Amino acid sequence: MRLCRFLSVVLVLLAMALPSLAVQPDEVLKDPVLEARARSLSAGLRCMVCQNQSIDDSNADLARDLRILVRERLQAGDTDAEVLDYVVARYGEFVLLRPRFSWGNALLWLTPAILLLAGIGYAFSRSRAHNRQRAQELSDDEQARLRQILQETEH
Amino acid sequence: MIEIGHFALVLAFALALVQSTVPLIGAWRGDARMMGVGPTVAITGFALTALAFVALLSAFAQSDFSVANVWQNSHSLKPMLFKITGVWGSHEGSMLLWVLILTFFGALVAAFGGNLPETLKANVLAVQGWIGTTFLLFILTTSNPFVRLNPAPVEGQDLNPILQDIGLAVHPPLLYLGYVGFSICFSFAVAALIEGRIDAAWARWVRPWTLAAWMFLTGGIAMGSYWAYYELGWGGFWFWDPVENASFMPWLAGTALLHSAVVMEKRSALKIWTLLLAILTFSLSLLGTFLVRSGVLTSVHAFATDPSRGVFILAILTLFIGGSFFLFALRAQSLTTGGLFHPISREGALVLNNLFLTTATATVLVGTLYPLLMDALAGTKISVGAPFFNFTFIPLMVPLLVAVPFGPMLAWKRSDLFAVSQRLAFAFVSAIVIALMVLMLSDRKSALAAAGIALSSWLLLGAVTDLAVKAGIGKVSAGVAFRRLAGLPRSMFGTALAHFGLGLTVLGIVAVTAFGTESIATLKKGEALDIGGRHVRFEGLRPVSGPNYTAQTGTFTLEDGTKIESSKRFYPVRQMPTTEAGIKTLIFSQIYIQLGDETADGGVVVHAWWKPLVTLIWLGGLVMMAGAAVSLSDRRLRVGAPAARRAKLASAGGAQ
Repeated sequence: MRLCRFLSVVLVLLAMALPSLAVQPDEVLKDPVLEARARSLSAGLRCMVCQNQSIDDSNADLARDLRILVRERLQAGDTDAEVLDYVVARYGEFVLLRPRFSWGNALLWLTPAILLLAGIGYAFSRSRAHNRQRAQELSDDEQARLRQILQETEH
Repeated sequence: MIEIGHFALVLAFALALVQSTVPLIGAWRGDARMMGVGPTVAITGFALTALAFVALLSAFAQSDFSVANVWQNSHSLKPMLFKITGVWGSHEGSMLLWVLILTFFGALVAAFGGNLPETLKANVLAVQGWIGTTFLLFILTTSNPFVRLNPAPVEGQDLNPILQDIGLAVHPPLLYLGYVGFSICFSFAVAALIEGRIDAAWARWVRPWTLAAWMFLTGGIAMGSYWAYYELGWGGFWFWDPVENASFMPWLAGTALLHSAVVMEKRSALKIWTLLLAILTFSLSLLGTFLVRSGVLTSVHAFATDPSRGVFILAILTLFIGGSFFLFALRAQSLTTGGLFHPISREGALVLNNLFLTTATATVLVGTLYPLLMDALAGTKISVGAPFFNFTFIPLMVPLLVAVPFGPMLAWKRSDLFAVSQRLAFAFVSAIVIALMVLMLSDRKSALAAAGIALSSWLLLGAVTDLAVKAGIGKVSAGVAFRRLAGLPRSMFGTALAHFGLGLTVLGIVAVTAFGTESIATLKKGEALDIGGRHVRFEGLRPVSGPNYTAQTGTFTLEDGTKIESSKRFYPVRQMPTTEAGIKTLIFSQIYIQLGDETADGGVVVHAWWKPLVTLIWLGGLVMMAGAAVSLSDRRLRVGAPAARRAKLASAGGAQ
């Protein structure tokens, strides 16, 4: 079942003459803190010409351009959020591997919470129903009849 | 030979039609002769499908390029192993393997299901027949591997080089054994709905099948993950790719099914839910097949341009998922609910397990399909990738993993959480101590990593504690404890092993994510880089020529003289490059070296990773498989369904 994934990767590889690596030595920033921020930002940005690859993993030229862009913005003093805003303004929401919350994708973000709460609620109500069932094993009428029978046998 | 194969496949389709109808009518009318048709037809259908498969296999082995499928996916210079595995390297061949395994499982039910109630067996075989019919029709009409070429080409187009790997020999067959194994659970569920009757005995028949399918699927996913890790060349072990998710969803649902089937067997509770999970799990397997085979993942538009295969699988999907859910809605009410239990009990813990696993399955499902739906319905393009899944999936898994050690130690029906916590105190305190040590050693930087290590230690020690408490270690003399331990049912060992394996996998993931390092440098011959506290010296590049490729191989040495070789290959037939990472395993950790471009001044770009404890990720998978295998060998399963168990062993033997 991974075949398709391989095929998609192959397509990407085919687009280049030779295999190369994702992050090149000349891209790496001198400041290790800035570089670490750049890497973690890159991991959340999609390589636009690849299949479900981040620009950090991809060796496509476009991914390289984007990696360099991210590093330039960081060096210019942008915060992480500003860098993302800048990239989204240029390439659209599609570039984010973790989509932002919006009404359009509310279902995407809320499904886990809704399901979990609904499941807990259902299990809880079932368990209470069971408890009630057990507590009311004898209804009031039955209790009365039981008392009646007991009295009759006493006499 | 190839025409014989084609003919056999058409015959198998005809027999599948018989299998779909005659036993069903027989069970409905109570006609023993009509029901008796099922096993014979199922076994013959398997034999014919196997004949078709062997025909294709021999065409590949002989490099018969007059067969279009062989021409497209093989080459006379390819090593024999890859000629054979190339049979399922293409779409057509892999669908044939899918159906082969489907008919194989059907034949196992037919051959060894002697102790099943007659009508149940007939209905199960009929449902298997429906699945077989549709997939055989799919192969014959849209994906026929037996099409001839005239005139026959002299040489083939070679198999995609990335697939020319031992991984292709193991990964797809294991994965399909898992996927298709769940079809048996599905057939049992639908048969139970048709009969309107379901009991603990039903669960005893279904549980071994679930265990076996789960075992294979676990192996298939772990193997696929390792294959991607060493072949794709950037050292990741899981990418949250839609194709991976396609196999992961049935695994999550199957894990939930495995646990709810236990409740149903032991306490005859959660019947309807177990039935629903059995249907869901196979539905997700079918969905996975659709996602991968229809081309819909590449783009919604790729699906629209060549819709024949995609629409066909979509129709199969709608038929089976829609049909089974309709039947479920119709019949589920008539099934009786089972035993009561207190929330703090083994049953309660298993309900919790199911709650989190199904929510996680739904999260992965929605995340995988959402971009497709948005594109098709609203025309907007969004990406849902690894950051989203990590953000949603991990928080769902953490509470579940925290609860895992409690589960097997709680008593059925009503339990005492405080008493169980006391027994787990040692595991809990040890996990905290280990976390604190990690925190100190890693310069107090990574609290999250320490928490992860604590969680995995908790899982590992919890599994050991479970066995120790059940054997009474510390309470009775060593001899008695040992005898008790040896006398525990194998399914208890299976549980402990599987949970231990889970702990290993979590430990591997946490360690490599938190403590992995990487280094990128341009090296000339004789220069070195430091990775994982080791000095790696580059000894230079040399050209190598393989049977159907040429390569540039770089040699690296560690200080103790150990050699690591990393290559870049080029396959001239397909004009495609691949990379063969240099990997050195040091106990459980690995050094991973990848070659990049050569620079103008005679150097080469080298990317090196230190992957601490990375092999535990897949070793954990193997331990989980071992747990399932031990559980399958339990005597109680043998008593419950002796034949079904034998069937399981036969299938396990057949896969190795």
